[in-house]
Amino acid sequence: MIIKNKKIIADDWIVLRLNELESAENVTVPEGKVIVPLPVWLQQRDALQQRAEIGVWLASAERPEDLKGDIQKFSVIAVDFEKFSDGRGDSIACNLRARFGYTGEWRAIGDVLRDQLFYMQRVGFDAFAIRPDRNIEDALKGLTDFSEVYQTSFDHKLPLFRRVQRKGNPVADMVNE
Amino acid sequence: MYRYDEYDQQIVDERVKQYRDQVQRRLSGELTEEEFLPLRLQNGLYMQIHAYMLRIAVPYGLISSKQMRMFAHIARKYDRNYGHFTTRQNIQFNWLKLEDTPDILADLASVEMHAIQTSGNCVRNITSDEFAGVAQDEVVDPRPYAEILRQWSTFHPEFAYLPRKFKIAISGGKEDRAAVYAHDIGLSVTKNAQGGIGFRVLVGGGLGRTPIIGSEICEFVPWQHILTYVESILRIYNQYGRRDNKYKARIKILVKALGIDEFKRQVEADWADLKDGPGTLTSEEVNRVATFFTDPDYEKLTDHDSQLNEFKADSRSFSNWMLRNVKAHRVPGYAIVVLSLKKPGSVPGDATAEQMEVIADLAERYSFGELRITHKQNLVLADVRQKDLIRLWQEATAQELTAPNIGLLTDIISCPGAEFCTLANARSIPLAQLIAERFEDLDFQHDIGEISLNISGCVNACGQHHIGNIGITGVEKKDHDEWYQVSLGGAEGNLSSIGKIIGPSFTFNQVPEVIDRLLQVYLRERLEAESFIDTVRRIGHVPFKEHVYATDFTVAEEEIADKHVVVPAQYSVPYYSPRF
Repeated sequence: MIIKNKKIIADDWIVLRLNELESAENVTVPEGKVIVPLPVWLQQRDALQQRAEIGVWLASAERPEDLKGDIQKFSVIAVDFEKFSDGRGDSIACNLRARFGYTGEWRAIGDVLRDQLFYMQRVGFDAFAIRPDRNIEDALKGLTDFSEVYQTSFDHKLPLFRRVQRKGNPVADMVNE
Repeated sequence: MYRYDEYDQQIVDERVKQYRDQVQRRLSGELTEEEFLPLRLQNGLYMQIHAYMLRIAVPYGLISSKQMRMFAHIARKYDRNYGHFTTRQNIQFNWLKLEDTPDILADLASVEMHAIQTSGNCVRNITSDEFAGVAQDEVVDPRPYAEILRQWSTFHPEFAYLPRKFKIAISGGKEDRAAVYAHDIGLSVTKNAQGGIGFRVLVGGGLGRTPIIGSEICEFVPWQHILTYVESILRIYNQYGRRDNKYKARIKILVKALGIDEFKRQVEADWADLKDGPGTLTSEEVNRVATFFTDPDYEKLTDHDSQLNEFKADSRSFSNWMLRNVKAHRVPGYAIVVLSLKKPGSVPGDATAEQMEVIADLAERYSFGELRITHKQNLVLADVRQKDLIRLWQEATAQELTAPNIGLLTDIISCPGAEFCTLANARSIPLAQLIAERFEDLDFQHDIGEISLNISGCVNACGQHHIGNIGITGVEKKDHDEWYQVSLGGAEGNLSSIGKIIGPSFTFNQVPEVIDRLLQVYLRERLEAESFIDTVRRIGHVPFKEHVYATDFTVAEEEIADKHVVVPAQYSVPYYSPRF
């Protein structure tokens, strides 16, 4: 199960992770819907792009620029949060969404926990594979912690001060009048 | 000062709710301590040696009497009757229970306050000039921009999990009073030749293990672009700052590794996509926020008050206080008053609940109900009528808030040191007390004049020893022996510099004598009206060093039965500092 578009849904994607004996060149990508590591995509691109559906995941140190020309080929792109406290994935999201115009599913995988979800959805993640030992219903609550935000990001193209009419100091206004 | 509208209040209220739930999940065991740690840290909650410590944000150091009274309430109800003002213009409470902290945050939210991002690897409280809006040398009032930056950085979704903490300071005077050179980003708001407002942007300054003075990344960023420019700096840092080693994770290490030119190139390449985009500031927004920082209702007064001069002639303590703790105001007939939290013998930066209440009353009666916290851990009443100074002085003196030592030798910054902090190698507070008591004589202090003495118990530099004219750092030689390195020539302000160590380290009891010897050289060598730091700059370290090490020290070392045991109880008021 994953959270997608703020709902809990069944998920049939497989995330491929290489073990020590496998390399990006020689690993056999299983049939079906697979999210492959970036190096596997780069090594086996010709074969993989023949598939009807393919996904790719980036480690937090990898660069979305490496996907640039291929971005619209993917049904899903994911970032692996090795530790939830590593915020690089949030800048990758910003680059991928705002700079490269990726509009498909953008999934957080790995150490994905309730208390980071609000931030993650703001920068452009729309799918969350919650860490398996955690209750996914609880995690869903993390998406609605706040009902208002100050900054522009993927979810709000305009900052608060351009979206709403905010009041100045009523005392100062009186003085001016 | 700034007042919350419904949006600000809603965000802070929702934060209290979110945090209450996080504490609940921790108490029930659903969250491990490892998982709870970054959450509580983003809310200023630390687990110290004895209890939880909560750091509360005071944005750019500005608070109201009402808010100060809330601090007194928190000190009484949840703590041990006191609080500690920090070098980031915040306040800390040291003896809290985890289960009380959601209620404390709810109390704070009721007076438009919070503890958001007062620790953790995120953008911290924005600090600014404690004399903003009233200083005679002010070019542009930094407060509206500080508030705009506060809102921009609050829960910024992309920069909540940076490689390390991130500190921004902003100043708007000709003289820098916000230590902008010692910050991850230092902003000086200024005007260009055409009168346009913009920011000189410094990046990569900081103290700690690797003290570095910030480098100029851009000489003038027009005000409209400051949020997007800062965003690009943070984005480059978030992606490329080191995450493998906590001690090399600050932006200063990245800037150093890339070089300022390459760092600037990367920032400006990122910024090219943001410039003139929706994040660009509007004049409507700046004007709106500026309405909260307009002048209070000043009376038309003149500067000369005969009663004041008479009283000055009569009372030496009052005239000393006028000389050191009262600063010139840009409006005639008004003065800026600094209340000292550095009375010799006391713990730097601490105030009791009773003192806080009296201070709140004083602000209400004499300074339009507003106060500022300084980065040197004192308090400021920024708008006092000169004709009220005598009464104010009398009332503040009754609360021991008028030690006439601002900018003098006993206005010491000191970290908590080894009694409280697990990182420290040596004690700091008792050393600060020993030094303050030795040089308590006011005539001597006035003769020495402007000087800064900063003490840190270890290399992490919470006591900002690098930018003290005299800096003291605790070092461990072997097996818990306390030793202190002494550095010379550090400074903050427009001529910021990092002090240099003068030579081999000293024992606890030798340090006051070392300071005495440094001062002897200054008194011998100074030219007329030359400050300590200017003499150091003119003659260099050598004469100081030679004199300090010329003769042996004769002070006796106290016998300590067991040097592994520290006894913080010997201080009536225990004390912590912003360590992370």
